[in-house]
Order: sequence, then C-alpha cells, then structure tokens
Amino acid sequence: MPEQPPKERIKNFNEVPYGYSKEVAIKEAQRCLQCKDKPCMKGCPVEIDIPGFIHCIALGDFEKAAEVIKAKNNLPAISGRVCPYEEQCEGVCTVKKLGEPVAIGRLERFIADYERQKGAKTPKKVQPTGKNIAVVGSGPAGLTCAGDLAKMGHAVTVFEALHDPGGVLMYGIPEFRLPKVIVKSEVEYIKKLGVDINYDVVVGKTISVDELMKQYDAVFIGTGAGLPNWLNIPGENFDGVYSANEFLTRVNMMKAYKFPEYDTPVKIGKIVATFGAGNVAMDCARTALRLGAEKSYILYRRTEAEMPARAEEIEHAKQEGVIFRLLTNPIRFNGDEKGHLKEVEFIKMQLGEPDESGRRRPVPIPGSEEKMAIDTALVAIGQSPNPLIPHAMKGLTIGKHGNIVTDDDGRTSVPGVFAGGDIATGAATVILAMGAGKRAARAIDAYLKKQ
Amino acid sequence: MYPIVEKKVLSETVKQMKIKAPLVAKKAQPGQFIILRIDEKGERIPLTIADFDRKEGTVTIIFLEVGKTTKQLGTLEVGDVLENFAGPLGMPSEVKKYGTVVCVGGGVGIAPLYPIVKALKEAGNFVISILGAKTQNLLLLEKEIHEYSNEFYIATDDGSKGHKGFVSDVLQQVIDKHRVDMVMAIGPIIMMKVVSDLTRKYNIKTLVSLNPIMVDGTGMCGGCRVSIDGKTKFACVDGPEFDGHKVDYENLMLRNRRFMHEEGEACRLADAQ
Repeated sequence: MPEQPPKERIKNFNEVPYGYSKEVAIKEAQRCLQCKDKPCMKGCPVEIDIPGFIHCIALGDFEKAAEVIKAKNNLPAISGRVCPYEEQCEGVCTVKKLGEPVAIGRLERFIADYERQKGAKTPKKVQPTGKNIAVVGSGPAGLTCAGDLAKMGHAVTVFEALHDPGGVLMYGIPEFRLPKVIVKSEVEYIKKLGVDINYDVVVGKTISVDELMKQYDAVFIGTGAGLPNWLNIPGENFDGVYSANEFLTRVNMMKAYKFPEYDTPVKIGKIVATFGAGNVAMDCARTALRLGAEKSYILYRRTEAEMPARAEEIEHAKQEGVIFRLLTNPIRFNGDEKGHLKEVEFIKMQLGEPDESGRRRPVPIPGSEEKMAIDTALVAIGQSPNPLIPHAMKGLTIGKHGNIVTDDDGRTSVPGVFAGGDIATGAATVILAMGAGKRAARAIDAYLKKQ
Repeated sequence: MYPIVEKKVLSETVKQMKIKAPLVAKKAQPGQFIILRIDEKGERIPLTIADFDRKEGTVTIIFLEVGKTTKQLGTLEVGDVLENFAGPLGMPSEVKKYGTVVCVGGGVGIAPLYPIVKALKEAGNFVISILGAKTQNLLLLEKEIHEYSNEFYIATDDGSKGHKGFVSDVLQQVIDKHRVDMVMAIGPIIMMKVVSDLTRKYNIKTLVSLNPIMVDGTGMCGGCRVSIDGKTKFACVDGPEFDGHKVDYENLMLRNRRFMHEEGEACRLADAQ
C-alpha cells in the first residue's frame, strides 16, 4: 500500500495510506483462493461475506462488491481503515500460510471509498413496523444498531451528548487515521436509512433512561468508555499534563490543530511524553509530532511484545520518529515555580510472572530511579466505561469495572434495555462495538416481535 | 439550533440572554450549568444557569465578556441562533433547610447565585445575601436577590454603593451577629478562597462553585479536574459545587491560566477584524 513518506506526513494531518488504484485492487482480489470453508468470514465481527465481495472486485464489478459489503456493514469506510484485520479476517486467511494474506482490509477500504465517491445507493424502504427505538450514543455501536434496526423497518432516534456524531470515531481517532469528512459521510448514510440523530442530549442529565423507556418501545445504550484512567502519581494536575481524551478531543473533534481558525486551542511543548502503549497512546505520540513537538516519547512499563497497539500503528510511530522508552514506569511529575510540568521521575522495570491479563507483570528495579525533562505529558493508559447511565439508572446490573452487564446479544438486567460496545465490555475496538450493535439490533427486533 | 429570545445589557461587559432550549429548561436545577458553542468553529464553554422557565422552555445565562467567545456571544442579538446548547450539567445545589444561610456573590458569580438564593428561601432558610463587585455598575440582580433575602448587603471595592471593601468584611460582621449554619460563595476564585479561609475558623459549612476550563462537560476529558482534599474530582460531574474548605485554589488558578497566551491571540485577531 503506497503511503505518505514519514518525514512529510508528520507535517500534516492527511491520511497516511494513499489507497489502492483499480488495477492494484483487482490484482490483489485475484489472489483470493475463494476457499470453501471461508475462515475469513468466521473472523469478521460483523459477518461480511468476504469471499463474496472480493470475487466481485476480481471481476471488476465494484458496485456489486459495495452491495455485498453494505448488506452486513453500514460503515465500511471506517472499518476498512481502523479494523485490526491482522487479528481477524487476515489473521486466519488461508493464503497467509503461503506468505502475505489477502489484503482484505485494504480491499474493503477501496470499495468503500469508491462507493463514497460515486454516492452510496440508499437501500429500498422497508415496510415500517410501527415500533420506535431510542439509541443512546452515536459511536460505532449505536450507529450500527440504529442502521440495522432501520433496515428492519423500525423508527430509530439516536441521542448524542456531544455536538458531532461518531463518538471515538470523531474525538478519539486522529484525522490522519480516519478523516472526519469520511465519518460524517458514513453517518449521512445511516441518516438516509431513516435514522434521526439529536445532538446536545446528555442521557442521564437532559433526559433519563426511564423517560426514554416510557416514550420508546426499546432502548439501546452505547455510551462507550470515555472515562480517562489516571496514573495517580503526584503532580498529575500540573499545567502540561493532559488525559489522552482531552488532548485528542481538542485536536480531532475541536480541530485545535487549525487554531486560531478554530477557536479551541491545544498546547504542546517541545518534549512530549505519552504514557501507555495502546492505539490511543500511538495516536497521542504521533499527533504531538504533527503539532510541532521536537521530541515525542512513548513511556511504557513493559516491552514491545506486550504492547496492546496494532503492529501497524507502532511501525508508523517508529517511522515518524517517536522514541520508545520501554520498561519505564513514572513515579511523579515535577513542575516549575509557575506550576508548569518540567520533568518526570521514573523507575526502570523488569518483567516477572504473568498477571490477570496474561502478560508478564512489570516489577520495579530498586535504585533505578531516573529523571527526564519533559514539558507535556499525555496520559493514555486506558479508558473506563462512562459512569453517567450506570450511576443514574436503578435496576441496571453493573460490573466491577463500571460496565453494564449484558449477555452475548446485548440484553441487560432490565427488559427492553440493551447495551453494547465499550460500555458493556470496557475499552475495546470499533469493529467489536459494531458487532455488538448488530447482535443487539437482532435481539431488539426479536424482543419487539414478542411484545 | 437554539434561538436567543431576549437580550439585556446589564453593564458594559456583562450581558444577559434568554435562550430557547426546552429540554434543558425542563430539567434545569439551581447550581447546574450548560455548555454552549456559538458556531461550527467555536469552542465549547460552560456558563452557569442564572434562571429557567420550564413553561416557556427558556434558560437564562448571564456572562462576563472576558475572551473571544464571550465577546462574540455579546454581539449576538435577539433572533440569532446558537449552534449548540447542552445541559443541564453538573450536580444540582443541595437545597434543604439548613437554618441560617449566607449567600455570597462576587461579580458575575452573582448570576448563578440567584436561583440558589430563591431555592434556599423557598426551602425555609433564613437567607442573608451579600453581593460584591468592583463598582456599583457591575452589580447584578440586586432587586431579584433582595426579594428572596431576609437580610441584604452590598460591598463595592470603590465604595460607590454599600460597604467600601470586600464581601468578606461584611461576612465577618454577619458571622459576629448571627449563628450561621451554611455559607454559599460564588465568584472569582480568590474571593471563594478568602471566604473559605474566614469560615474555616468558625467551622461553618461552606460550599463554593468552581469554574475551571471545560471541553466536553460530561466527564470524559478531565480538563476540568480540581483537587479536593488531595483527591482529583471532575468539576463537570462531581461538581461544580464543592466543600470550600477542601479546594486547592492555587492549583485551580494555575490551571485556569494555561491557555492565556492562546486566549490573548484569539482576542487580538477578533478585535482586528
């Protein structure tokens, strides 16, 4: 896949991969063996007919390929960019045994972009069922659930707390990984299916879930994992320390990289340290470079083998010049007389026995404390389920991490109330949220038929 | 889209607006706030709710023009429309019968104090109100707050009205005269700190309403984090009201200055246009 060269791309917020040309796409599609048992399909959380759409590309019928994808996936331009395909469809691809798997993700993106340029076809209107469903949250889980329910003929209203749709798609994932104009275009498709989106409605504050249950026949909660985790070390409230959420929301959703054309500012010093090594941490460290940081570090307490981020994101970060300081754990932040961050004190770690996550537990090496001068710290060590609805709603069984407890199809402890995505599982991926939205839509449909 | 249905100029830099936002008006409680965004390129800012009319479906905001967004907001007229207006956010004031309560408002902090004074009076409290401003012209809602107060005092820095000096001077006098059960203080951070330092000596329960910089206002970014008794809380979901004796005011003042450079730049560019 042709990509922007690293030295160039750290000066802009444009996408890194350029995308396939028609010829390259067809050639890649022809590598697919069209295996009978279709392991790729089993690896897809939204059940796309992968050999089906690839076959259409191989024949040059891009329109049909789009139809096949859209039959199962309402947001292919998004999943085609951010899915960890190497762990899903491509990870089990038969061709992988001979070398590189078929580039399923890149092909999905190619078709989604082709269709977006041509203008997506709106599916035929289905007979309305007369049922009304409220979806809370317009992130990947909510959008997918809403789209699928609309395709079944139900009337769906989405309630979004912020002023833009998409959830993490808009505030979390950077412009250079997922352009916001594409997110908006995908959301337009969901609206064309007949879904209504209301902004500025904070369910749990502006209206309650109980009120929604009185006005609607069923409710789906997809409020995500937007609560930032903190290091809980001294100095975390100094000027210059941001949660990854605040930093990314300012840059991605509020477009602070275009200040002062856009009013929201963001401040980056010269030496930026991002704590954590998941995809969010990579996003932070790479965004810091694009905002003009002289040095951008990733500080992580384990080694590269334990990093949760996608290999592709780690690779892109390294190419762009992000410096990795591994087996490093922060102890405290120190500030100057003005209360601004000036350095972090850390201790070196070594790996011991595995912990509950299955990864080897990091253990401090006594006497190995060091200091490092930094002026900006981005804390990207995970996000927890949004507590607003779990705290506000009685009768909802909540798990020990603050998540809404559900069965595999999204049913909660309250009949008629469903949930899916990060609010139910804790922070995970966009595609898993989409899969949860899809399964919940089916469960809601079945529930409504019984009423 | 949220239309401005009424506008009043309270002073050269303080304006009052009634915004049509039925869902917010329906649920608003004293002590809560809203987050608004004027247009697509605008920033999200929090403003406390000064009043609300559930029947009319309107929310009243009173704001001081301190930066680009509030100055731009001040130029809008009746009929203009705000792009976003979300709320009600934050925890409502804990309104109950305390006994004798003193409500202290400084400058534009008087605005959010008004619905709280009303509610405390209606809950059966003996309400003493102390309003302070730099000068007489910057006082707000005097008549409205006086109406709900058993005792009413004014303090101005320049002595143009009432006591010449600070609200804390008047508060000391009130404490000397009455048995005070609760003090509610809203205003500049330094004012809330001074009031809290004073009431701490007498062990009087004190609540303050904090005003950190916010982005989303719903608890997802931590930009509004404040230190309360050494623990980190989010002003937007745990507050905005906190125990005045436990707030780290120095840290709040420091964090509120963190975009001063950018704020100055934005104002200069806006003025140049």
